[in-house]
Amino acid sequence: MSGWLTPRNIVVVILIAGLTLLPAYVVLTGDRFALTLFTRIVILSLAAVSLNLILGYGGMMSFGHAAYLGIGGYAVGILAAEGVYSGFVQWPLALVASALFALVVGALSLRTRGVYFIMITLAFAQMAYYVFSGLARYGGDDGQTIDKRSQFAGLLNLENKVVFYYVCLVLLFACIYLVWRLVNSRFGLVIQGARSNEARMRAIGFPTYRYKLVCFVIAGTMGGLAGALVANNTDFVSPAMMFWTRSGDLIVMVVLGGMGTLFGPVFGAIFLLVLEEVLSGFTEYWQIILGPLLVLVVLFARGGIDGLLRSLSREKSHG
Amino acid sequence: MRKSLLVAGVALALMAGPASAQNKTIKIGFVSTFSGPTAVIGNDMRNAFELALDHMGRKMGGIPVEVIYEDDGQKPEVGKQKTQKLIESDKVDFISGYIWSNVVLASVKPIVDSKTFLIVANAGASELAGKQCSPYVFSTSWTNDQNPRAVAEYMNKKGIKTVYMIGPNYAAGKENLGGMAAAFRGKVVGEDYTTWPSQLDFSAELAKAKAANPGAIYTFYPGAAGVQFLNQYEQAGLKGKIPLYTTFTIDSLSLPRQKDAAVGVIGALQWGADLKNDANKKFVSDFEAKFKTEPSFYAAQSYDAANLIASAVAAVKGNLKDKAAVQKALEKANFKSVRGAFKFDTDHYPIQNFYMQEVVKNGDKYTLKTIATAIENSRNVHVGDCPMK
Amino acid sequence: MTSLFFEQCLNGLQFGLLLFLLAAGLTLVFGIMDLVNLAHGSLYMVGAYFAATFAAWTNSFVLGAVMALIATLVVGMVVEVVVMRRMYGRDHLDHVLATFGLILFFDELVRLIWGPGGLSLPLPSWLNRPVQILPGFQYSGYRLSIIVVSLAVAVFLYVLVMRTRIGMLIRAGAANREMVGALGVNIKLLFTLVFGLGAALAGLAGLMQAPILTVQIGMGENILILAFVITVIGGIGSIRGAFIAAIMVGFIDTLGRAYFPEILRSFLSKDVAATAAPALSSMLIYLLMAIVLIARPEGLFPAVRK
Repeated sequence: MSGWLTPRNIVVVILIAGLTLLPAYVVLTGDRFALTLFTRIVILSLAAVSLNLILGYGGMMSFGHAAYLGIGGYAVGILAAEGVYSGFVQWPLALVASALFALVVGALSLRTRGVYFIMITLAFAQMAYYVFSGLARYGGDDGQTIDKRSQFAGLLNLENKVVFYYVCLVLLFACIYLVWRLVNSRFGLVIQGARSNEARMRAIGFPTYRYKLVCFVIAGTMGGLAGALVANNTDFVSPAMMFWTRSGDLIVMVVLGGMGTLFGPVFGAIFLLVLEEVLSGFTEYWQIILGPLLVLVVLFARGGIDGLLRSLSREKSHG
Repeated sequence: MRKSLLVAGVALALMAGPASAQNKTIKIGFVSTFSGPTAVIGNDMRNAFELALDHMGRKMGGIPVEVIYEDDGQKPEVGKQKTQKLIESDKVDFISGYIWSNVVLASVKPIVDSKTFLIVANAGASELAGKQCSPYVFSTSWTNDQNPRAVAEYMNKKGIKTVYMIGPNYAAGKENLGGMAAAFRGKVVGEDYTTWPSQLDFSAELAKAKAANPGAIYTFYPGAAGVQFLNQYEQAGLKGKIPLYTTFTIDSLSLPRQKDAAVGVIGALQWGADLKNDANKKFVSDFEAKFKTEPSFYAAQSYDAANLIASAVAAVKGNLKDKAAVQKALEKANFKSVRGAFKFDTDHYPIQNFYMQEVVKNGDKYTLKTIATAIENSRNVHVGDCPMK
Repeated sequence: MTSLFFEQCLNGLQFGLLLFLLAAGLTLVFGIMDLVNLAHGSLYMVGAYFAATFAAWTNSFVLGAVMALIATLVVGMVVEVVVMRRMYGRDHLDHVLATFGLILFFDELVRLIWGPGGLSLPLPSWLNRPVQILPGFQYSGYRLSIIVVSLAVAVFLYVLVMRTRIGMLIRAGAANREMVGALGVNIKLLFTLVFGLGAALAGLAGLMQAPILTVQIGMGENILILAFVITVIGGIGSIRGAFIAAIMVGFIDTLGRAYFPEILRSFLSKDVAATAAPALSSMLIYLLMAIVLIARPEGLFPAVRK
């Protein structure tokens, strides 16, 4: 039983409880900005979880994940601009559009390896960035304001911040659960096997290309979901959502938190965004701390936050 | 434990305390650009806002003022986040600033939804004067198409027959060039839009303008882009061949870097440092004494914004809860504007004069000299679209 | 009309050559050390800041440029010794992450030292005027000098890589790293030098671009991605590939900006065309890259690898 009660699992439980109870704190203290901040954190956690599926478990180094967020966001934004506010239309479209984009990008990119894969996913994301920059009807470079959030036939009122926060949180937990089921299935074992030795998996008879493509599409679809949430959260979509540095931010979250772990991306998103909030209040030059920190993580703490917590557990069990 | 609870309870009771209609402090949020190449504009606006507060003893209607400055990084989504923070976390009474039309358009919804008063100190997005006008939105500047219309009138008088227009591809750029196209009576022979704000190399566009050989080139590039445009205009060998007309491209912030490239170029503004009224003389001389540089029109508009807020706070005696009364007080524009007296139109945009200005060199100092009144009591053309009457 | 087309081609050539300087350093480092260096754009920025500062100190554009070049070389070598050296042989993901961290670091450091406002690097008057290159055809003297300097650097790189002992080692290193090490060559020093050379090339691009653009934080981020695209299209490690790809990208970008608006306006409304045209020409570059990679997954001129 002590095997379960590791410091890492305790932190995970605290994390889940904390995120669930956050609105209570906000109501008690009236600190509405905490809710705004954590809604953003939860949504970006969801995006990081989706990237982690291909990056951490699948070893597919996609440098264009922000594109799926953008496409999901624009699905909501464009429909809203055309007067379609129903979430039952907007959200499925966001998922389908990002899935289709992931299918095309994945089908073409997965033929390449290594750096070429990184660059071609980046190229497709930049293309998406410029497509939306070029749409004068939907604000072009400036982006466009969404005047009403997705409507769910009166079942859910997303304009209510607490309700919206819980919607995001439930979706985050659902996606983590989905990833957990996936990576522990036969499908997940093939994906992870292909990461460490693709030739062997193929020799055993698994069509790894097809497996990886499916995985890529699932991750892209989740990214699109995160995008629909971003659009509803900010009431605004712009091509800047898709710029390559945004994809870089997502990678940073995944790696800081711990690649290929269930809760790592969530740790990473919380750490990065809270750090940004705290340090930017403390010093204007907060990135001068973050930059070298990233280098140090790469050099000395490959497992990220999750890895640190794990090593804590190991030391304890030794002692 | 019990004791601390008691203390907390007392503290709460005190805070809830004798219900007073008057604010203890006036909180103002100021959103502008304080990083990146256009940070000079944001700093100039902040300096002027601070100077205005100094002039009023840092009190409005006898109540201390606190200003919270936020950096939008010239990005709409960042500006929107910062605006939300000011409303939700800092609970400000007024919001001012905003250089960029795309930033203010992204930010306006939470401001109006929370019934916070917005005093736009620069961005001239025409929607806010027209369809999206609001009881809570005021401006101490203009709409984007107003200044180019003044320039176009001047070019008409000069008998210029053809113009080539180059401008940035964002909300304000399109409205600005649109204003020129609408009021210019000659022919627009070319029109190019560049990626904003990243594109600073105008070689392809200038080459086209040169080949078209128009009677004039018209452009609108605020901030550092304006410096680059003038430099490249000179490098391409256009200076002295095809005259250049501009709006918001040359100001006291960019002139020290544009220097000779700007001499002789003409633009239009509602304010100039050389306007002779008492408020302006005091503003310009105190600004120069404190910051060792001439104020820009961005500064003048911010200075006016602070004074407009102060006039309303004084009129309602600090009772900011009565939104209708605050709105009425703001609508009166009962303060000494540095541009001279002006009235608010029904859409809360100024009815004001526009002046033509030319860059002149005095010794080794470059300044904008007012050379003519372009339009008197100009109303923006969008006021008809505004439901407020 | 033909003179306009000729002028736009010169503009495209100038931009392409500038991109080549940036891509050349990237492709060298990429090919020889197998290192993905996102911070290459930061060195471009640092070069521009140095040039603006030194030119203001010395009151001389040329002197400032030379000092900036040396300073950027030194910064590059320091970065190699302190950080990059530890990255060789690691996963590309590690490279991306660590050098992404370096971008943040350099951006903030520059903001700390030089402030957020950016600098400008004014040209001396002898460079700031148009020159007559054909009867009745004038062109910006400064852009012409960028073309000349960049071509000279391209020739220098070609001679260096193809005709010298260092170049031989560089080529050998790109093909087989262990073998060069086994030959008793001081690989560590070679790598530091190559990285420094790449940094100096990036700095040169930055300082030459500085008078046309402004010197500002984040100036490397847009252009870096273009440089990567060029590196990949040309084939990683290939200077020749980088040269050809850079010229292609420079032409697509400039000619796209010059002619797309008119083409689009013939069948789209003015407003739609104005927004779509710049986006379309930028997109074409990425489209080119995707097509090249799909057809030739290792770029146009893949380095021979064992």
